[in-house]
Amino acid sequence: MKKTIIPIGPYHPLQEEPEFFMLTVEGETVVDVDVQLGYNHRGIEKLSELKTFDQATFVIERICGICSTSHPFAYTQAVEDIGGVEVPMRAKYIRTIIAEGERIHSHMLWLGLAGHFLGYNTVYMWVWKLREEILDVMEIISGNRNNYAMFKPGGVRRDINPEDIPLVMKKIDKIVPTLKMLYKAVRDDPVIHARTKKIGILTKEESINFSALGPTSRASGVARDVRKDTEYGAYLEMDWDMIVTHNGDVFDKVVVRILEMLESIKIIKYCLLHLPDGEIDVKIKNIPPGEGIGTHEAPRGETFHYVRSDGSNSPVRHKVRAPTFMNLPTYKATIKGEKIADASIILAAIDPCYCCTERMSIRNTKGERLFDGKELIRLSQAKTQKVKQKLGVKESSLEKLVQGKL
Amino acid sequence: MKRKQVLQDLTTRFKQDILEVFDKSKTRVYIEIRPEAIIPIARYIFKDLDARFNIASGIDTRKFIEILYHFTFEELALLISLRVKLDRAKPAIDSLTPVSEAFNWIEREMHELLGIQFKGHPGLKRLLLSDKWPKGVYPLRCDYKEWDKTAIRDRGVK
Repeated sequence: MKKTIIPIGPYHPLQEEPEFFMLTVEGETVVDVDVQLGYNHRGIEKLSELKTFDQATFVIERICGICSTSHPFAYTQAVEDIGGVEVPMRAKYIRTIIAEGERIHSHMLWLGLAGHFLGYNTVYMWVWKLREEILDVMEIISGNRNNYAMFKPGGVRRDINPEDIPLVMKKIDKIVPTLKMLYKAVRDDPVIHARTKKIGILTKEESINFSALGPTSRASGVARDVRKDTEYGAYLEMDWDMIVTHNGDVFDKVVVRILEMLESIKIIKYCLLHLPDGEIDVKIKNIPPGEGIGTHEAPRGETFHYVRSDGSNSPVRHKVRAPTFMNLPTYKATIKGEKIADASIILAAIDPCYCCTERMSIRNTKGERLFDGKELIRLSQAKTQKVKQKLGVKESSLEKLVQGKL
Repeated sequence: MKRKQVLQDLTTRFKQDILEVFDKSKTRVYIEIRPEAIIPIARYIFKDLDARFNIASGIDTRKFIEILYHFTFEELALLISLRVKLDRAKPAIDSLTPVSEAFNWIEREMHELLGIQFKGHPGLKRLLLSDKWPKGVYPLRCDYKEWDKTAIRDRGVK
């Protein structure tokens, strides 16, 4: 059969990492995939070497807009690891609150977009409306909806005002029932099942072989979560569950993320109720020569920072490894043998750079344009309509839920 | 296996290849090894001891090109970093991509940013740098000089 090459990407305005996917298709089946990166390579590792340890915190906060706390969290731990600095307990709690709030809004962003790609535009709007609540919480605590600038080597920059805590609690409690309803709806919706179950499966063996991270690996039955595995932040102070499912398909990745949000809410509430008194930072006079490693479980998986110091006031080497670096290559295992209409949701399931799908275009080998991004999303949404007709569902439980009929 | 056993097992099994063990803290251990022995040691840690490969980080220390391969033992909360020192004039080491796909991208990245040759890598092409980037210019080397003097705003966007 004639093979056709489909380029996806590379530029998209929303996410932090533009990528270029080249899908080779036979008819409607994807047979091969190749990825090109680096369209937005800003050389932050090099840039960080020109900054002081304190300034570098702000630079790396801007690596990613969605998980802007994960990088400083890992970086500050790496710097503290060099000098063996012990952070005060109150700072650890505040760090944990910020990191979990970020996880919730990041997962919500993903969930909304996943809904959009499946043709549930109401879910998209509705989840993003819910996301505003958690962004408000972040604003109350840090003064900003994103890029909080709360972290510094040795502690945090700003304290949580005790007067704000009741309002924060109220806002967080508002999210819980809606999330629970959403989980029920996704679990029982036959259309969602038809579109996401047994699609884009990442097996446990492959997940281990690729060293996949975060929800991508946890949906494949690999119980790996830095928050449980290592001692940092306040994560070992309280009781919470690591969400692990075993099928490795898109559906399981959705379920893992929704349940993880509920766990994050649990963690935030515990931290706010048990916030210890004391200092919020320790003064670091100088950072000795040596090397340090810091890790943090970002919404997409483990973020890894390696910092080396020669005793001066700026790092001589700063290595940043974002979770998508390890998760992206798993496409090689998940997308082969799948249909084009499912490609957008499989590419999306890992929570990479999302917008690339909007920039998708299909060309045949002569370079003629066959489909563009909108057309591919339409293809995906049309498939949902077909599935609905086949199942005889006029209005799925998700849609009923959104319209307040459940 | 406990933390002590893992370290003991590694040091006895690869006695000739391990040059130095630096037990930094409860959770961090740095082991310097001979570059020729990277495949058997990394394979043993990754496949037999079921450690997770975090990432590798290359550094130009002016004397050597250093690579650190970081592995996490999740049950032990232990991070072992294998350190190899390569000749700065012609840095080359065996590729670990045949062992696992997880090593593929980072080797490509170190190849283009530091100029390390990975022997036996199936497709050692560029990962991040653009095609316009000149050959033999490695941005993370100490002696790197900016080759494109025009400011970004003057380069023009086509």
